[in-house]
Amino acid sequence: MHPAFSVIFLTTLIGVGQGLFLALFTVESYAAFGLLPAQDGRFYALGSAIALGFLVAGLVASFFHLGRPERAWRSAAKWRTSWLSREVIVLPAFMAAVFLYGAAHFTGFNPVLARLPSGAPVNITAILGVAGTALAFALFVCTGMIYACLRFLQEWHTPLTVINYILLGGASGFVMAAALSAQAAPEVAGFLGGWAMILTVLALVGRTAALVRNARLKPKSSLRTAIGVKHPRIVQKSQGAMGGSFNTREFFHGRAAGFVRQVKWIFPVLAFVVPLGLLVAGFAVAAFAVQYLGLLAERWFFFAQANHPQNLYYRAVS
Amino acid sequence: MTQLALVIDLNVCVGCHACVTSCKEWNTSGQAGPLTDFNPYGADPTGTFFNRVQTFEVGEFPNTETVHFPKSCLHCEEPPCVPVCPTGASYKRKEDGIVLVDYDKCIGCKYCSWACPYGAREIDEQQKVMKKCTLCVDRIYDTSLPEIDRKPACVKACPTSARLFGDVHDPESEVSKAIRESGGYQLMPEWGTQPANHYLPRRKTRLRIFDDELVRADNPLKIEGKPLPRPAKSEPSLDDVTSW
Repeated sequence: MHPAFSVIFLTTLIGVGQGLFLALFTVESYAAFGLLPAQDGRFYALGSAIALGFLVAGLVASFFHLGRPERAWRSAAKWRTSWLSREVIVLPAFMAAVFLYGAAHFTGFNPVLARLPSGAPVNITAILGVAGTALAFALFVCTGMIYACLRFLQEWHTPLTVINYILLGGASGFVMAAALSAQAAPEVAGFLGGWAMILTVLALVGRTAALVRNARLKPKSSLRTAIGVKHPRIVQKSQGAMGGSFNTREFFHGRAAGFVRQVKWIFPVLAFVVPLGLLVAGFAVAAFAVQYLGLLAERWFFFAQANHPQNLYYRAVS
Repeated sequence: MTQLALVIDLNVCVGCHACVTSCKEWNTSGQAGPLTDFNPYGADPTGTFFNRVQTFEVGEFPNTETVHFPKSCLHCEEPPCVPVCPTGASYKRKEDGIVLVDYDKCIGCKYCSWACPYGAREIDEQQKVMKKCTLCVDRIYDTSLPEIDRKPACVKACPTSARLFGDVHDPESEVSKAIRESGGYQLMPEWGTQPANHYLPRRKTRLRIFDDELVRADNPLKIEGKPLPRPAKSEPSLDDVTSW
């Protein structure tokens, strides 16, 4: 597939936003049970604002993917069948939850609504946090399923696609949270840095599993099934147009095989190995910057690796 | 329930691209607006087409065969492009099974083209909406046309009648009979899309001529190479006037 930068930025940016929100609410939950020192509301408000910034940036990027962005509102219509439509609904809902969560912390309007049997308070922010967490995971599932549900894109049609969207987004968000806490809340920086490392390692495992799986993939379709001629040797002699078409632009990455191979080795280093080293060394901001670059490369490779069966019909110009 | 479709006979197609040009002509001049081309006379021409004819060579020289392969939307009975559409712009008509795009609802996200294993959909780079074969839905129901013309433009244009059009759910229709009797098949059956369009395979047509079909062996007087019996001048002729 052709890696569109709008989609690369959309999926990586909202991944950071989701992961960062999950990290913030993790800190608040731990603090509510006294497992971490309680943080000032301003820390959560600042974190929510940064998460919201990433989500808005992702949403803006997504509009560049549309041919008719002025009609984007229509895309909420078919949520019963389309994962894309579901994502279009869940993304603004999640953004609203992040905004309200941040606003509640910023204004300090956070009354205790109930108490757990253990006596732990249930604040408005706890309710908003649980709702936001559910929406963050729902958004990960929607984003992943957009790709995983296309059964003939065999590289994507696996539960690993959804798992990796969760792990990669979670890792980048927690690294961002570690970078933020190093400045704004040093007491929880170690906790967040630890989880950032754990999630980065898990993401490396998940992404490697997908790479191994895809390397062993056997394409289900061949030129024989594509044109229905049962002969072992079929060679395309013309594709019906000399100057290229939508089919030759949208479904090919347009790079040499060597370039794709290089990205395949570079992105795990940038997205996982170097950030782990930087996190251990305590450079969380640099870790986030390198990891985000690595994730851009990872997403580029994710698209470039997917081999669409329609490409069988476009193997020779003439 | 009706399922309109094309049946394309690869045994007859000569790869003349008449279906491509007539499709383009009809659909670029229609109510839905042009099928945009860019640089049509320039160095790098490109544009939107509903139908393309591709050519494949099968076999190893000298035992090769050239297969011309017209490719357009197959109007699948289980179209994978329809449920993924977030706006409902992509839909399959209940009454005749045609898969259509509502150009006024399409947001140009291209997700449907990702979901089509055949590459049947092409975006219009000027109108920025997804387009595809409509089976000439604006032709086949047009009562102002003579009934014989209420067929897709490609079918009307084909000089070898390689393209048949009809209801594949009606077992007595021309297309159903062709599928049944000439080994019609679907493309990429492995994905379960159940394409409505079918293709008829290449068939070996050999004309075997036996000598006794050129020369009637059962008529001894017409056997070439054998001298005809020649009666003597003195022998009686047929009518006593003419001789042999």
